[in-house]
Amino acid sequence: MTDDYEHYEAVVVGAGPGGAAAAATLARNGVETVVLERGVDAGSKNVTGGLIYAEESAPYTVDGIFPGFREHATERPITEYYIHNVAGESVKSFDITAMHEHDTEWADAVLRRKMDSWMAEQVHRLARETGGGLLTDVKVSGLLEEDGEIVGVTCEELDPIRADVVVAADGVNSELAREAGLMDWESPEEWFQGVKAVVDMPDGTIEDRFGIGEDEGHAHLFSGDLYDGVRGGGFLYTNEESLCIGNVFHLDSIVEERAEVQDLLDRLLTHPFMAQWLGEEYEEREYSAKLVPDSKKAANPSPYEGRLVLVGDAGGQMQAQGPIIKGMNHAVTAGALAAEAFVEARSRGKPDSVGARYERRLHDEGVMDKLRPRRYRVAAALGENDAATGIAERALDSPVGRLGLRALDRVDALERAYASPYLAMMMPDTSVPYATLPAVIGEALGDPVREENHVEPPTLEERIGDLTYDTDVGNPHIVVEDNSFDASGAAVTACPVSAEGFGGGCYRDETVKQNGSEERVVSLDTQPCVECGTCAVVADTRWEHPRGGKGVEFEQG
Amino acid sequence: MHTVALTKGVPDFREGQVSFDEDGHLERGETPTVMNPNDKHALRTALQVKVRNGGHLSVMSMGPPGYGDVLGEAMESVYADDLYLLSDRELAASDTWATAITLATGLEKLEDPPDLVFAGFKTADGETGHTGPQTCWCLDWPMITHVVALDVDEAAGRVRAKRLVEGDIEEIETVEAPMPAFIVADPEFEPTYRKAAHRLTLKDLRAETRERAEDHEEHLTTWDHADLNLDPDYIGLDGSPTIVSSVDPIPKAPAEREATMVDPADAAGMEELFEAMEPFAAADGQSAAGD
Repeated sequence: MTDDYEHYEAVVVGAGPGGAAAAATLARNGVETVVLERGVDAGSKNVTGGLIYAEESAPYTVDGIFPGFREHATERPITEYYIHNVAGESVKSFDITAMHEHDTEWADAVLRRKMDSWMAEQVHRLARETGGGLLTDVKVSGLLEEDGEIVGVTCEELDPIRADVVVAADGVNSELAREAGLMDWESPEEWFQGVKAVVDMPDGTIEDRFGIGEDEGHAHLFSGDLYDGVRGGGFLYTNEESLCIGNVFHLDSIVEERAEVQDLLDRLLTHPFMAQWLGEEYEEREYSAKLVPDSKKAANPSPYEGRLVLVGDAGGQMQAQGPIIKGMNHAVTAGALAAEAFVEARSRGKPDSVGARYERRLHDEGVMDKLRPRRYRVAAALGENDAATGIAERALDSPVGRLGLRALDRVDALERAYASPYLAMMMPDTSVPYATLPAVIGEALGDPVREENHVEPPTLEERIGDLTYDTDVGNPHIVVEDNSFDASGAAVTACPVSAEGFGGGCYRDETVKQNGSEERVVSLDTQPCVECGTCAVVADTRWEHPRGGKGVEFEQG
Repeated sequence: MHTVALTKGVPDFREGQVSFDEDGHLERGETPTVMNPNDKHALRTALQVKVRNGGHLSVMSMGPPGYGDVLGEAMESVYADDLYLLSDRELAASDTWATAITLATGLEKLEDPPDLVFAGFKTADGETGHTGPQTCWCLDWPMITHVVALDVDEAAGRVRAKRLVEGDIEEIETVEAPMPAFIVADPEFEPTYRKAAHRLTLKDLRAETRERAEDHEEHLTTWDHADLNLDPDYIGLDGSPTIVSSVDPIPKAPAEREATMVDPADAAGMEELFEAMEPFAAADGQSAAGD
């Protein structure tokens, strides 16, 4: 052990919204802060749906921390919000703008490369004044420990760095959270997987096709029988001159149904209902994917260990409850609260009390109850069992159930129910709200769509070919520990850049003949990896992020 | 701490840039001038010293006034503080000896005497590798060549380097010298920035230099032979003992092999290809086609 390691008061790992909010708040309080980002640029490793919210009830909002944020870093404000219940080619739409506006100061569509790189400039300027700053191309590889205590971080590209506090804002696949035993990749039930296309919209087409002005935007959600019973839904958000279109599914459902997630994206893109927005010419700017923690199950109620605190996705702080999808705002709040906790701990002369102070703030400020709502816990206990699901599905699908829906619709009770944040918070994670109910609504109440969809989505090979990679040749960041099909075969379909019968993806299904017997195994090529982390959960792997600056580089995010 | 990196403008010998006449002579007017590619090793070494030890970094060159742009390029890549160009007609057609005298005089004229001077590893046009060592000889400083790693101990006034022995990467020796010293960087030199502070300094320098390099001429000092107080008899063509009697182009080796392109989609063509390959496969005693 040498003593010439560098020391900073605070090391923030990751320059997403959580890390940026933490670093900016630390720096403004005079804490010497260094931010280490593994991408070539902040935002180059990030993917969102995505909308960012500023909540009225939140102690911090992103534009409060970064003045000028909406002007420089976002796309369109979301002024109208709809949910569409799809049954075959029939669609019943509800306006849920009221739910969207509940507790919302504003909400904008964002693309992460633009958003995060703008924030990183502000963070660097603020942190530089403290003697720190923000560095890209640096991957933090682990925790620096002495006598069993966390005292800093180790990096691939730099010598170890000592710190009085380590803020792990290193995303959904946080290696630091896992090394500290605060998160794992064990249960598919705790995760969603999002797959998205950013679709180019030439100047003026969004205004024409959506019937909105330059400073207005739409959000649309899709559910029903589009996805062969895979639990989840689709989304569409308007950016300035592009659309984000994608799906978010429960990962356990993707695995159970052996769903090819890229095909489910195409299912949405080619549905006749989408023709009104996509027109004749379809140009995809970028294909991307991301694992999303389900905070109801994955949010760590006590997200710290010694000097290490977890913020954002690294701590599972992603709220997805029915149509309420909020992650980045919670990351921002958590980042600022973690910073506040450290500033207070330092001023009391007890820097090691940062974690306990951070946890208390998450509870006192109501963040934890949004992430793990009590109402959901009660409802889930009642609703998330097979008997209840079966009864609900049969009831809904019966003539009586349909009659009931029609009656409710006549008095707009269904739309109001969908727009109720109270009900959304307690929606159980079963097929009833995701697939059965929307499909029944679409069939019983929907109008058939007559437009013809001309979209021809790119193939998976073309999508991979359009992405930018800097491959770390000879140094794969994922290793399959058990290559038997039983252990790791789920990755072939669940991985968004792999498919059965496709040789150009990450995971391939192979039959090996050996000594007269046949064995079904999977092989892995990490080159096309989009670093979503799906295989870390569904296959038996040793999973790390690539080294600094290596791997995929998202231009849109 | 004052460091100086020496650089030279050379014809851009890359394919598509360089132009030769019918006799194989270089057409200087048609060929753009760029920074000598090997000088980037010297610049990278100088930059490492600036990042790790701080101080003032200058870049110096001898050549026609047009070399100012080459220096501007150097300023951007090495984040130099200022630029020096030794330039006038009396200096034209200098050989390495006359160039070394001129450069050494320029280095000695600097108001803040340099602690370290860096030169690249031979130029792309002359390829002699003489100018750096001769300049050092004129200065009568210690010289370390083939440097692959460098540490400066400013307090002790010493520099320690790892260098290749006989240019062999397998054989590395560590040497020390008092400053001022002359360093010739090897192409194998890799700067190391293992501290966050180093990388943050680099980021600062990049931002500062972006503005400075835009009007690099404001940071350029040009000295002629009178400024340097050099006797025209000892510089330029008159001061160059090297006499080039003639330059002969090396004839291209005649190509004896023929190549035929086959489209993999052309079944008949591929069939012929496999037939043509068969004798070679058989000669190996194995079937190339597989079972």
